[in-house]
Amino acid sequence: MRYAMAMDTRKCVGCGDCVVACQTENDVPIGYCRDWIVEAVQGTYPDTVQMHFKSERCNHCDNTPCVRTCPTGASHVIEGGIVKVTPNECIGCGACIVSCPYNARFVHPEGYIDKCTFCDHRVALGQDTACVAVCPTDALIFGDLDDAKSPVSIALKNNEWYVLAPEAGTKPQLYFLK
Amino acid sequence: MKTTRREFIKISGMTAAGAAIAGTVLGQVQKATTAGNESAEDEHEWTRTPTYCEICFWKCAGWVYKNKEGQIKKIIGNVNDHHARGKLCPRGTGGIGSYYDEDRLKKPLIRKVNEEGKQEFVEVEWDEAIDFIAKKMKGIKKKYGPEHMALFIHGAPGKHFEHLFAAFGNENHAEPAYAQCAGPREAGFFATYGVGVGSPEPADMQNSKCIIFIGNHIGENMHNSFVQEVSLAIDNGAKIIVADPRLSTIAAKATHWLPIKPATDMALLLAWMHVLIYDNLYDKEYIDRYAFGFDQLKDHVKNFTPEWASGITTLDPELIRKSAYEMAAAAPAAVIHPGRHTTWYGDDTQRLRAIAIINALLGAWGRRGGMYIGVRKKVPKFPTIKYPHPHWSWKDITKDKYKNAAVGITNVLLDASLPDYPKEHQIKGWFIAGTSFINSIPDRKKIFKAMENQELIVVVDTMPMEMTGYADVVLPETTYLERYDYARDGKNRVAQVAFRMPATEPLYDSKPAWWIARKLGMKLGLNNYFPWRDMEEVLDWQFKQIGSSLEEMKQIGVKTVDSGEDIYLREGEDFEFNTNTGKIELYSTDFAEKGYNPLPTYTKHEEAPPGYYYFVYGRAPMHTFGRTQNNPNLNDLMDTNTVWINPKTAKLWGIENGTEIWLQNQDGIISEFSTKARVTERIRPDSVYLVHGFGHNRNLLKKAFGKGINDVPLITNIKVDPIMGGTGMRNNFVTFLLEKPILKEEVES
Amino acid sequence: MTEELFVSGRHIEHIDPYLNLWGGPIAIYLFLGGLAAAILIFANFFFLMGKADKYPMTAKVSTLIPPVIISFGLILLVYDLHHKLYFWQLLLNFRIESPMSWGAWTLTFIMIPAILWPLIYMRDIIDYLSERNPACRLLGLLNWIDKMANKFGIVRFFIGLAKTYQKPMAYITIVLSLILGVYTGILLSAFNARPLWNTAILGPLFLTSGVSTGAALLMWMSKNHDEKRLFSKLDLILISVEIFLIIHLFMGMKAGPLVQYDTAMLFLGGPYTSIFWVGVMGLGLVFPAILEILELNHYKIPSWLPALFILSGGLAFRYIMVYAGQFSSYNIL
Ligand SMILES: Nc1nc2c(c(=O)[nH]1)N[C@H]1C(S)=C(S)[C@@H](COP(=O)(O)OP(=O)(O)OC[C@H]3O[C@@H](n4cnc5c(=O)[nH]c(N)nc54)[C@H](O)[C@@H]3O)O[C@H]1N2
Ligand SMILES: Nc1nc2c(c(=O)[nH]1)N[C@H]1C(S)=C(S)[C@@H](COP(=O)(O)OP(=O)(O)OC[C@H]3O[C@@H](n4cnc5c(=O)[nH]c(N)nc54)[C@H](O)[C@@H]3O)O[C@H]1N2
Ligand code: SF4
Ligand code: SF4
Ligand code: SF4
Ligand code: SF4
Ligand code: SF4
Ligand SMILES: [Mo]
Repeated sequence: MRYAMAMDTRKCVGCGDCVVACQTENDVPIGYCRDWIVEAVQGTYPDTVQMHFKSERCNHCDNTPCVRTCPTGASHVIEGGIVKVTPNECIGCGACIVSCPYNARFVHPEGYIDKCTFCDHRVALGQDTACVAVCPTDALIFGDLDDAKSPVSIALKNNEWYVLAPEAGTKPQLYFLK
Repeated sequence: MKTTRREFIKISGMTAAGAAIAGTVLGQVQKATTAGNESAEDEHEWTRTPTYCEICFWKCAGWVYKNKEGQIKKIIGNVNDHHARGKLCPRGTGGIGSYYDEDRLKKPLIRKVNEEGKQEFVEVEWDEAIDFIAKKMKGIKKKYGPEHMALFIHGAPGKHFEHLFAAFGNENHAEPAYAQCAGPREAGFFATYGVGVGSPEPADMQNSKCIIFIGNHIGENMHNSFVQEVSLAIDNGAKIIVADPRLSTIAAKATHWLPIKPATDMALLLAWMHVLIYDNLYDKEYIDRYAFGFDQLKDHVKNFTPEWASGITTLDPELIRKSAYEMAAAAPAAVIHPGRHTTWYGDDTQRLRAIAIINALLGAWGRRGGMYIGVRKKVPKFPTIKYPHPHWSWKDITKDKYKNAAVGITNVLLDASLPDYPKEHQIKGWFIAGTSFINSIPDRKKIFKAMENQELIVVVDTMPMEMTGYADVVLPETTYLERYDYARDGKNRVAQVAFRMPATEPLYDSKPAWWIARKLGMKLGLNNYFPWRDMEEVLDWQFKQIGSSLEEMKQIGVKTVDSGEDIYLREGEDFEFNTNTGKIELYSTDFAEKGYNPLPTYTKHEEAPPGYYYFVYGRAPMHTFGRTQNNPNLNDLMDTNTVWINPKTAKLWGIENGTEIWLQNQDGIISEFSTKARVTERIRPDSVYLVHGFGHNRNLLKKAFGKGINDVPLITNIKVDPIMGGTGMRNNFVTFLLEKPILKEEVES
Repeated sequence: MTEELFVSGRHIEHIDPYLNLWGGPIAIYLFLGGLAAAILIFANFFFLMGKADKYPMTAKVSTLIPPVIISFGLILLVYDLHHKLYFWQLLLNFRIESPMSWGAWTLTFIMIPAILWPLIYMRDIIDYLSERNPACRLLGLLNWIDKMANKFGIVRFFIGLAKTYQKPMAYITIVLSLILGVYTGILLSAFNARPLWNTAILGPLFLTSGVSTGAALLMWMSKNHDEKRLFSKLDLILISVEIFLIIHLFMGMKAGPLVQYDTAMLFLGGPYTSIFWVGVMGLGLVFPAILEILELNHYKIPSWLPALFILSGGLAFRYIMVYAGQFSSYNIL
């Protein structure tokens, strides 16, 4: 099993629904976020200007520097490649934060490190993650890469895609369709 | 500063009690938001209750989830609802924040004068507040007659007070959602098809092959199923054509973006008509069967070539032609979306007529992928005795001027509230519920003058918004998550009824609108109009009339009823339109009769003076008008607006990304606050853009106070639509101030 | 024009708009780690060379410093944790791939010889100090420590054991010190996510810099002419190596892929340029090097002067590397 997410930049309207939904689903405190939206503008008015949005979060990398650099094992990988943090084992040293090229982690006000969990508590029940479930444009797609029939496998098969900062070598599992 | 009778009260009499309650709620919020990783906590022990969202007027049905302790945890869209389709938009998802907002109104407030002679708000019990209002209303009734009040409403609370006022003998109600919003569209489509557009707009986008947006910035305008349909259209490979001076979100996804010069859309629309007709691209059979006045139209648009329009709109004529061909190729599965906020330049009804006409030329109305014919199941009113007949109403002061106004016009009622208005129709009291009024109706000078002339101003709100600062009585309504309301039963592809019930007990000493209306009704001696105990009784009776019950609605939230009607015209069907000719009126006989131009024409609007820029405003997807900026969740997503400026313009001014700027309009009005410049290629060099709703100046809105620039006070040049009375708000121009201006008030004091 | 911006109001403390999670404490911690490693290396090396009595300052007295600064470093480390009450999790786990874990364990282990070493020589140290500076305030404390150490049999036993195995202990200490010194560089370079740190030069560079600060300190403290000269020469060599490594670092980056180029530009025209070239390169390396050359050529230069510049330069270098490293990033927006 290999969970992954695809995000369709052609459809996303940058509304931030995925961010609020994550906040309410996962009790992410006000002032923090596990996912976020980036607006990218290129070109010049009027002929070449272009714009698209990206909804970003932890990439649940295949090659996880955040887990490697963790001195206590609080950062770990669970079934399906989901990268998680156990609050009671985390000392809050920040090594994982510093080692994530995507700035996907943050210090929870209670001191431990928090980040996207791919909503493993929902995924375990066969549901979509909260951000995927709420996205009004269906720009977010979740599933198991090992299952050729999963929505994410199909999306990656039928579209051109890219990942962020591949040169960082983390083998990210958040794919952007273009 | 000049002291007026209606001095703006900045700091209300927050007592220890209010603060104490705030404390406990703060605790709750913290618990609810910092509970760490316990989200996996036994969610199966959670309960859910139905609601429909009140953060905007799309009214999506959803479920409110509560944990074991009864705390509201999240709100999720109802899968069976056609507005929600299982999802809420960011504002609906963040609706939870409107409930947890610590700055909510907590107790009824009455304006009193203290020992030092200063006006202040005093917290009172509901009885006292309602007594006070009843006494004043009786006074106005005795002195002038019950007609001499105005009810300004928007959203769910409206219906409850409409009923109260009708019982009181008053029909003067108006919403900014008409004269400041969709009015021209309703009038323009009504004149053409004999039926307005309504909400949700019945553009059949999910089946469309080509969708055209004039301004209409879907994606930023975050109406839920609307956005979902566009996404489906993108999946279907539909062509999208967008005319907007700004690379809006949807323009960035469009096949063709037409970066039109502001205020020139009519030229583009006429040129499209020209191409569709003279290149024989229109739906001839459809026009022959259903339309009236084609020949007049053909004659009329003869000279409106793309080349002509190009000179006006600055658009490439080939692009105009190409886009017309594109829509024709997709027709009848093509539609120009009617838009919604259409009060732009004063000739708006005519612009919307042009849009309606093009839809007819494409054969779109009543066609799959064009515009469907919405169906509904109306929930009957709870029977009461007949309302008294008022001696006069809004119609008597509106209809001879704005002949096609379909409902009360806010600005007309505002005019009638001025001291120099003829006494016989002068308004002496305002009752305001669910509209931010001062932050949605333009022309503040006039509003302040009219305000001074009122003997009573009541504001029913959930938040200490700016308008509450001018009230005599402020009544705290519960949020939609804590109350019953009338069911939603508007048109859609299928007839559906959506239901809202309280998820929890109300926080603080807030009450639902139905309770307030009933209580006030009783105090006014209108008992016969309230022959029920509570909303449960009313709703149960109503639901039983449509084959359901309160019990069932609590379980399902949304009831789908088979209406047995088609949403598309059948092939070759004869259809009688509700117009004078029974046809789609390309040439409006109604307008001709009333002395309005029966065919839309281009009029030149004011242009930006040197050094000034078209002042363009719009929406951000995560906020609704000015009502959500203090919502903790949504404030977290976006806490201020920025002024969009093209790099070329910015360079001229030495403005960089992040430069702090103030705006000044053509009449010398300066924004109260500053904000940061956003230098971006996404806008024309002759225009600047600002998201509406920011720049709150009431410090009781702790999160929103002082953040961003408010567009409303900068809108002082208002062009009223002669046909329906809407206020065109886009004839304003701004320039930049790079240093803190000395405001007039500071000079005076 | 290109624009990339957060539109969902992301401004998380210490992370946005750019990472600045690690600050002063980590920089000081790295600095002290390097310094302690250097002192221990020199002391143990001199001991092994049989020069303990010839250079008592280096081989004996200076060993008072490492246990103090290592403990201080450890305190800083714990202080910098955000979930402090769980710090013990560090010592319940050893994670072979985590430099943090390595650091915690190395520091813990090195504390044993670091403490034993001055205890072995406590009498010599006290004599050395009272001979030169009878008014030294430290003496009271040292006498007290000596008394306490003699009072407890168990401590006496360990000191005895240490004396018996002083040679093997010295080898182990040198190895641990080298690990510590390299670790202070490796810690950062293990974070591939930060392009500035993501280079193999960082380990040797930090080690060299650490040893150079140690040499500077010993040069300053030493009252022995030969000892001073030795460290002065050594420092000159180390400084040259450092300058070489630094130039190599930036040249390599500048020739590298875009992210690396961008990173190099932070120092070659970007926000860190002046502070780095003036503060670290100029005042921290070149200037003291000139002073030392002058001194070696018999100009009268007080030895604390170059030492102070080298030490501050070393600290500044770590500060800048910690901050600039977090500032440098892959283009992820
Ligand atoms: N998130 C969110 N969504 C909302 C609301 C909200 O408050 N928040 N409010 C809802 C309501 S009630 C309404 S009425 C709608 C309003 O939303 P719309 O009906 O979409 O409003 P418009 O005024 O058409 O949209 C503003 C756009 O018009 C462009 N524009 C400005 N001047 C011109 C011009 O002269 N010509 C052209 N072609 N374009 C121009 C602006 O650049 C901007 O992109 O949004 C609804 N949806
Ligand atoms: N300058 C400018 N003016 C505009 C617009 C613009 O874009 N720019 N847009 C125009 C458009 S399209 C429209 S539709 C109008 C909308 O204008 P309004 O109808 O005035 O809408 P809001 O500004 O959202 O004001 C709603 C008020 O109701 C309160 N409220 C929210 N929920 C409840 C509730 O449950 N009960 C009660 N009692 N009160 C509640 C809010 O706190 C707020 O004070 O504004 C128009 N005016
Ligand atoms: S919810 Fe969907 S459309 Fe909205 S920002 Fe997130 S990914 Fe984009
Ligand atoms: S995105 Fe960052 S936190 Fe997530 S798995 Fe990759 S490196 Fe770790
Ligand atoms: S902060 Fe916590 S999860 Fe991150 S590396 Fe340190 S101990 Fe591991
Ligand atoms: S997958 Fe879950 S935790 Fe991750 S961003 Fe989406 S909602 Fe948040
Ligand atoms: S569109 Fe959004 S804010 Fe409006 S009713 Fe629906 S969920 Fe609520
Ligand atoms: Mo509106």
